[in-house]
This record gives sequence, C-alpha cells and structure tokens, in this order.
Amino acid sequence: MARSVDQIFIYAKGWLLSPLAGRAPDWVIQITSSLINIAAVLGVFLTLFALISVLERKILGRMQNRYGPNRVGPFGLLQPVADGIKMLIKEDIVPARADKVVHFLAPIVVAAAAILALGVIPYGRNMTPFVIDGGILFFFAVGSTTELAVFMAGWGSNNKFSMLGAMRAIAQMISYELPLIITVLPVVMVVGSLNPDKIVSAQRYYSLGFVPHWFVLTPWGATAFILFFVSGLVESNRTPFDVPEGESEIVAGHMTEYSGFKYATFFMAEYLGMFAVSGLAVTLFLGGWHAPVPWLAFIPSYVWFFAKLSILLFVFIWVRGTLPRIRVDQMMNVAWKFMLPMAFTCLVSAAVWHYAGRRLSGWLWSFAVVAIVYLGLSLFLDTRKKFAPRTYRFAE
Amino acid sequence: MTLSIFLIVSATLFCIGLLAALSRRHAIFILIGIEMMLAAANINFIAFWRFAPQPAQPTGVMVAIFSIAIAAAEAAIGLAMVIAVYRHFRTTNVDQLNQLKG
Amino acid sequence: MNTVAFTIVAIFTLTFALAAATNPRLMHAALSFAVMFVGIAAFFFLLGAEFVGLVQIFVYVGAVAVLIVFTILLTRRDVEKTRGFNWSGVVIAILVFAGLVWPILKSTSVSIAPPVIKALTVKQIGLALMGAYVWPLLCVGVLLTAALIGALILVLEDKRQ
Repeated sequence: MARSVDQIFIYAKGWLLSPLAGRAPDWVIQITSSLINIAAVLGVFLTLFALISVLERKILGRMQNRYGPNRVGPFGLLQPVADGIKMLIKEDIVPARADKVVHFLAPIVVAAAAILALGVIPYGRNMTPFVIDGGILFFFAVGSTTELAVFMAGWGSNNKFSMLGAMRAIAQMISYELPLIITVLPVVMVVGSLNPDKIVSAQRYYSLGFVPHWFVLTPWGATAFILFFVSGLVESNRTPFDVPEGESEIVAGHMTEYSGFKYATFFMAEYLGMFAVSGLAVTLFLGGWHAPVPWLAFIPSYVWFFAKLSILLFVFIWVRGTLPRIRVDQMMNVAWKFMLPMAFTCLVSAAVWHYAGRRLSGWLWSFAVVAIVYLGLSLFLDTRKKFAPRTYRFAE
Repeated sequence: MTLSIFLIVSATLFCIGLLAALSRRHAIFILIGIEMMLAAANINFIAFWRFAPQPAQPTGVMVAIFSIAIAAAEAAIGLAMVIAVYRHFRTTNVDQLNQLKG
Repeated sequence: MNTVAFTIVAIFTLTFALAAATNPRLMHAALSFAVMFVGIAAFFFLLGAEFVGLVQIFVYVGAVAVLIVFTILLTRRDVEKTRGFNWSGVVIAILVFAGLVWPILKSTSVSIAPPVIKALTVKQIGLALMGAYVWPLLCVGVLLTAALIGALILVLEDKRQ
C-alpha cells in the first residue's frame, strides 16, 4: 500500500503511455515519455515558484514585524496571479540602440539553463526525469552557461550600469563556482559515481537502527554542506550576495533595461536556480528522498524530498531577511582565501574518513583534519586588522 | 551514419576554422579559428574511437579530454597576450603589429 | 531517426561556425562561437561519448567563451565592427578542404556501418585516468598551473615605483 502511493506517478505515466505501447515505434514512445517528464517537472516547479514568491514576501514580512501581502485571495496566496497579470500587460520596452537579438535571447538562455538543471535531480524512488550517467557534471555544465547569458543581458542592453552589473555578476559567479564544484567532489569520491541515483542510494543505510547514513552527518559532509549552501546562495545572486542586482547600488544590474515579461523570466530563472541548488544539496548531503528514520519510511519518497527542499528554501529566505549585503571585495576574499582551502580540506578529510575505515576513528581523524585547517586559516587570514575601529558620532 | 560522414563534417569545421584564422585581421578571431580547428580534431578522435573494432580501448576519449584541457589553457594564454599587446600598441589588428621593438 | 538528428546537428553547428568565422560584428561572432560548441557537444552525445560532451560544454561554453567576450570588451575601441578580411584565406581553406575530403571519399575502409558498442561509463574513464593515463594527467595539471600563473603575470599592470 505504501509502495503504491509512493509510485503513484510512475503508474500514472505508465497508464498515459499504454495506448502507445504496442503500436508506435520505439522513438515515439521515448519522446512521449520524455515530454511527460518535462511537463511534470515544469508544472511542479512553476507552481512552486509562484507559491514561494508569495511565501517569501510573507515570511520576510513576518521577520520584519509586518504582514506580507494579504489582500489577494485567502491570506494573500493568489498574489502570484495578480503579479503574473501585471507582468504580462506591461509594455515591453527595448532600448533603441540595444542589440535586439542578444537582448531578447538573454532571459531565455538563463531560464533554459535553470530548467535544464532541474532535470537530473531524483525527486523520489524511480522519479528522476532524466537519468544521465554523468548527472552531476550535466548540472554544473548547464549552470556554467548561465554566466554567458548574464553577460549577454548586460551587454545587449547598451547601458553602462548593465555592463558593470554583468561584469560584477560574472566575477562573483565564476569565483564561487570553484568552491561549489570542489565541495561536491568528496561526495562523488566516497560514492564512486556521478549518477545522482547512485549517490542517493549510497545514503540508504541506518546504523544503530535510527541514525541515517546521510553525508551531512559526517565531519567532511557537514563542512561541505555549509560551503555548498553558501556557494549556492552566491550562484543564485541572493542576499547577502546580491551585488549584481542590488537595488540601492546599480539599479538592477544586468536586468535594468528589461521590463514586463522578460524581467519576470529573469526573476523566475533566479528562483528556479535556487530550487535546483537546494535539490542538489538534498540529493548529495541530506539523503535525497530517504526518510530520516526507518519506521517513517511509509511516507512517500517525494514527500520527504519536498519537505527537505522546503526546509532549505526557508533557510534561504531566512538568510535574506537577516543579513546585510556583503561588499564585493569581502566576497572575493572569502571565496578565494577561505572557501577554496576549506573545500580542498573536505576532500582530504573525506579520504581520511574512508581509509580510516568509516568508523569512529575515521570520524575523529577527519574532524581533526577539518578543525586544524579551519583554525590555521583563522589565524593566517587575519581580517581584524583591516578594519579601523568604529567611531560613533552622535547628534549634539 | 557512417564514419566518412563524420570525417567530412569535421573536415568542414576544420576548414571554417582555418578560414577564420587566415582571413580575419582581429587577433581574437584568429584565436577563435584555432579553437575551432582543435574542436574539429576532437570530433575526429571521438569518431574514430566510436567506429573502431570492438573491444575498443578508451584511447580516443582520453586524448579528446586532454585536448580540451590543453586547448583551454592555450586560449587563456593567448587571450592574456592579446590584452598585453593591446595595452602596449592600442590595437588588435594583426596587420599593424609589424614592429619588433616595443 | 539517428540520421535526422545527425543532419540537424551538423547543419546547426556548421551554420554557427560560419557565422563565427565571417560575421563582421565582434560580439555576435563570439556568441555564435559559444553556440557552435553546444552543437559540437551534441555531436559527442551522438557518438556515445557523453562525458566528453559535458566536459566540452563546461570548459568551452562556461569558461573559454566567457574569456573571449571579456577580452573583446577589454580590448575594444569605439568602433564596433572589425575591418579587414583577407580573401586569399578563403582560397586556401577551400584547397585544404578539397585535400581533406578527397582521400575520405576515395578510401573504402571508412564507409563501414556503425557497430554496437557498450557505453563508456564515467567510472571506466576515471579508472583509465588514474591507471594508464596518470602521467598525462599530472602533466596536464602542471601545464594548467603554469598557464594560470603565466596568464596572470601577463595581464598584471606594472606597478609604478
């Protein structure tokens, strides 16, 4: 019974494909199956995008001691419909001297890259839209095409602010792409495969009857998860790293000259990128669609996945409501001087954990490696001296 | 999908890269042409690996991977040189870079 | 089905390659160059080497194309189009093309039908890289480090004394 609720979407897809089963050639069945997968992914994530856009404003509002939007629909939950109608009926302004083709294609490429990245994440048991042998590499390959699209947006607008914003955005994204990828390497190394399904199934064990074998519960995994999460924050241009779209600094950076539906597409691409990075973090570190304790495994796998995804999205929104924007040079310093050495340390620590037998001694040795490098970095990267002591001036 | 059609496509790509490298006068386009020629050679390697008698060694794939890495390094150095030359001569037109003393 | 896919990918790649080689507008040519690499990666997927295709997109579109557009930005004056196109290059390219295609069409051993192969998994590539190809891997690592340091030194501004 639990198994059939778990696999209900697989049975639904099989029922949809059954009229074609014996009668159509193989390639028609393959293409139809892929189209059904794509439609399901798009449907789920566009609904989630609409929901999160209103929930984010409400949660931010609550953190700032005010109500969020609560006029449209019950508790304001129909706000995305109003936003969508507003975006669609706005006039589409293109600057006269802008490069029309590049200006038009930029939001499409950004959105396409974000949606492609969502296609390799396992959402439940047997529910990965596209099983690719090098799935993690595919994810990062399409993530790296986002940089070129951001550049296209900035350059195609023929606007100095857009160009500056795009350059800053690309510098930020390239710097943090390295920690993002290197923190994934310990997981890939320990599992021995780039296939997200195999990585999820390597976390299915429970020791002592109730402790799951998620990678976040190891010293190297916890460090790698924190670094991956922070790099994911940067890659999706979220506060505190939203220098590219800082409203108080460079208007809207590379999105300045976009209005109406194209701006909504950029907005959607940012949120979909957030979903993709959170989904990958759940897959790699938090055990994918597995339950935390074995006796709760009757709850369907996709419910667990989306529950963990929601927790990570809440942390994204929480961080946005709490921290101020970080200066560009501070951000670059952290990326190259702190996060990159720590990411390499995670790799070494994972190797130590594996070769010390994956038991308690392995835990202690790998924790020692991470702690020593962290303390060494905090001693050598002496940031206290760079800031002058604060002087306060009060009105007399 | 025979081997010869893949070889013809990669030969065409190679010649388009050669066209870019020989007839454009902007230094960056010459680099683009060189990268295109390297990519065409990669297609050749993988095509020959695919149509080799079975069981095939992964040699073709390995050489292609290393070729991509080396081409990226060479593109980085080439572009750094273009920037350095531009700072000195204020031009990227290779026809005007005809003096040996700086 | 395979032939249809191959034809579409071939036309796509060659169109954008021609656009990259001959378009007088700098930025459009650089962006067509990036799109052409997506087409070449599609070729690799058709040939069954998915890992190489993904590495190609990652390295070329994600890094080399960004480098090229940045360099175009840093080295341009106010003129958008580039001048100068040397037509003798076209003649030489056509001659080289003829010289390459004639032996391909003449030799019979390359017109064989495609065999059925097992896909090359990432694990096998990893084992080969750490086994038989470990020396080239280390040398490429040293080469990339040297390239990184060299490129940085080339573009550092001279410090005023």
